[in-house]
Amino acid sequence: MARYTFTGGIHPNDGKALSKDKPIRDYLPQGDLVYPCSQHIGAPAKPVVAKGDHVLRGQMIAEAGGFVSAPVFSSVSGTVKAIEPRRVVTGDLIQSIIIENDNEYTETEYPDPVPLEEMTKQEIIDCVRDAGVVGMGGAGFPTHVKLSPKDPEKIDYCIVNGAECEPYLTSDYRRMLEEPEKVVSGLKVMLALFDNARGIIAIEDNKKDCINLMKSIVKDDPRIYVKALKTKYPQGAERQMIYATTGRAINSSMLPADAGCIVDNVDTVVAIHNAVVNRKPLMERIVTVTGDAIADPCNFRVHIGTNYHELIEAAGGFKEDPVKIISGGPMMGFGIFELDLPTTKTASALLCLTNDDVSTFRPSACINCGRCVEVCPGRVMPKVLAECAEHYDNEKFVELGGMECCECGCCSFVCPAKRPLTQSIKSMRKIEMAEQKKRAAAAAASGEEKK
Amino acid sequence: MSTERLKVSSNPHVRSAVTTSQIMAAVVIALLPAAGFGIYNFGIWALIHILICIASTVLTELLYELLLKKPVTIGDLSAVVTGLLLALNLPASAPWWIGVIGGVFAILVVKMLFGGIGQNFMNPALGARCFLILSFTRIMTNFPDIGDGLSGATPLAQIKAGLPVNVMNMIIGRTSGTIGETSMIAIVIGACFLILLGVIDMRIPGSYIVSFVVFLLIFSGHGFDGAYISAQLAGGGLMLGAFFMATDYTTRPITKKGQYLFGIFLGIMTGIFRLFGPSAEGVSYAIILGNLIVPLIEKITYPKAFGRGGERI
Repeated sequence: MARYTFTGGIHPNDGKALSKDKPIRDYLPQGDLVYPCSQHIGAPAKPVVAKGDHVLRGQMIAEAGGFVSAPVFSSVSGTVKAIEPRRVVTGDLIQSIIIENDNEYTETEYPDPVPLEEMTKQEIIDCVRDAGVVGMGGAGFPTHVKLSPKDPEKIDYCIVNGAECEPYLTSDYRRMLEEPEKVVSGLKVMLALFDNARGIIAIEDNKKDCINLMKSIVKDDPRIYVKALKTKYPQGAERQMIYATTGRAINSSMLPADAGCIVDNVDTVVAIHNAVVNRKPLMERIVTVTGDAIADPCNFRVHIGTNYHELIEAAGGFKEDPVKIISGGPMMGFGIFELDLPTTKTASALLCLTNDDVSTFRPSACINCGRCVEVCPGRVMPKVLAECAEHYDNEKFVELGGMECCECGCCSFVCPAKRPLTQSIKSMRKIEMAEQKKRAAAAAASGEEKK
Repeated sequence: MSTERLKVSSNPHVRSAVTTSQIMAAVVIALLPAAGFGIYNFGIWALIHILICIASTVLTELLYELLLKKPVTIGDLSAVVTGLLLALNLPASAPWWIGVIGGVFAILVVKMLFGGIGQNFMNPALGARCFLILSFTRIMTNFPDIGDGLSGATPLAQIKAGLPVNVMNMIIGRTSGTIGETSMIAIVIGACFLILLGVIDMRIPGSYIVSFVVFLLIFSGHGFDGAYISAQLAGGGLMLGAFFMATDYTTRPITKKGQYLFGIFLGIMTGIFRLFGPSAEGVSYAIILGNLIVPLIEKITYPKAFGRGGERI
């Protein structure tokens, strides 16, 4: 059944050679740490500390603001300096807790680990929830919500997403190479929740060493197997990943669980392992600091909250002035205009480039070449959708499948006329989603009135 | 460390190296074998026509944009492609001003008045050719004698008249016809170059040629006559049309299924024109008719999104 890949996609210059052979280095933060209360999809977390409080490493500083939300933990010991809005990578100002590091790293007391076999399913999910684990591949969807589908019996596959299809990123690669047993352990925790599920570790075939290593580790486990996927962007996009590994296709209105799948990124699976096996909350992540402007590209184990300036300095600073700095990968990351930003749970990379393709090329008229249609993994027509978006034609946009776009950026990448197709479609999707929300709220309100 | 001059934009932050002008340059290069053979076959006048056509298409676009104070787009080389294609569709014996009129009509009427590159509803070179055929029928259908004693009759006209033809000469291109259409080999070499570069694919040319052959098998009355079919394939503008004009981005459907449908439509129309029409040739008319139904084809072949039935490889 499995196809090991999907239709469409592109092969951008992967740039991984810069940092792929650099082992993970621990980086200890020097300055203040900033913890935005919203590092996930869903309700923002609520601060539970006040200015002047002394906190320990691993202590909860903000509690979940609802079911679809996640708590935030301090990754250092120190004093709460302020609680104020701070800028994050998207450019928004988000209420944040600022902690002055006392450089002692005094840890709080964690509950004693309980062997996995002795825990009930609900206890496992509670562990994940209380550790603030969210999807660390970029979306930041709270993991405990993912792990609580309506019908756990119907989950057939737990997929570890090790595709790392974004160019330049090597954090998942290093993680799988250096700590494969943690990945497998995290997957076993997930499998403990779903009795009928099998585990798949899905890795792109440009990471042969990871594939072989993982295969040798799981060879005695009947429930887990490793799948080598074709190297192609966006192989790691959730829907494309599910299709490649299981042959099941989901659309924008479905969840992976509807197709019997739970997909989690490598870093997230390790966070699940830490949360359940070690009873430690999410405090660190691997960040690749790379790009041709960086003196010494490398992979860091970073305390969440660390300032981006420090990471650049730790990587030897700039050898050339960067023209563009991206938080995340070049295809789906955020272009940032300052470095005074905190590392969040979802920040996988800091990419500094001396050349910006977007401003080098000038958009010209569409020549109808069809390259965008060819590469679109959503199998829609980016050219037509972008036209609808430019004319603010919501109705036609939705009718022609605009909401099926996953904003992967393939269409803008291949466009010979250099048109910002993804950008147009993305903005229209935002507008449409806001309007759908408004309509739903209005419908609910009128429903109330009738009662 | 200076971070004051950072550029910010929406994702993706990288672009492929392929640009519109590169694509157009590739098409020009791919047309060179056919153009070169045309010059060899028909002499210096072929070269003069090519230069006149390119000059008139490029200058028309430039003047139009300067007069209307629009951004100048001749750098994208699409006017060069149009000029070259137009020249390859003229008889070498035509007077020099034919290329000028054709070039102005192609760019001004068919392309610029409809919004410029990417907006024209039919292939500018073919639009101009059909306009010239209708306006200057005698000039456009009078082909030069290339010294084979046939006084300029095209092989297709000979077939239509029931005369024998030399298929080998037709494949190499030592026959009469328009400047660029005679040599099947030269055209196919250029087409292979474009296919290897990924500029065009076989969807349209393949379905066009296959459906045309099927049409001949059924309706020509010659049955499985290899010589007849190869003569029909090598003769006239079929190869040039199938590989270089039916595949024109702007005027072919953008959907995959639509491209197959478009090719089949062209094959059938070409067959009808050649077998049942008064003239021996029909590729140009088939393609511009096909161009006109493109919006319709796109409408009925709009793809299904991933997860809604469109995921098959």
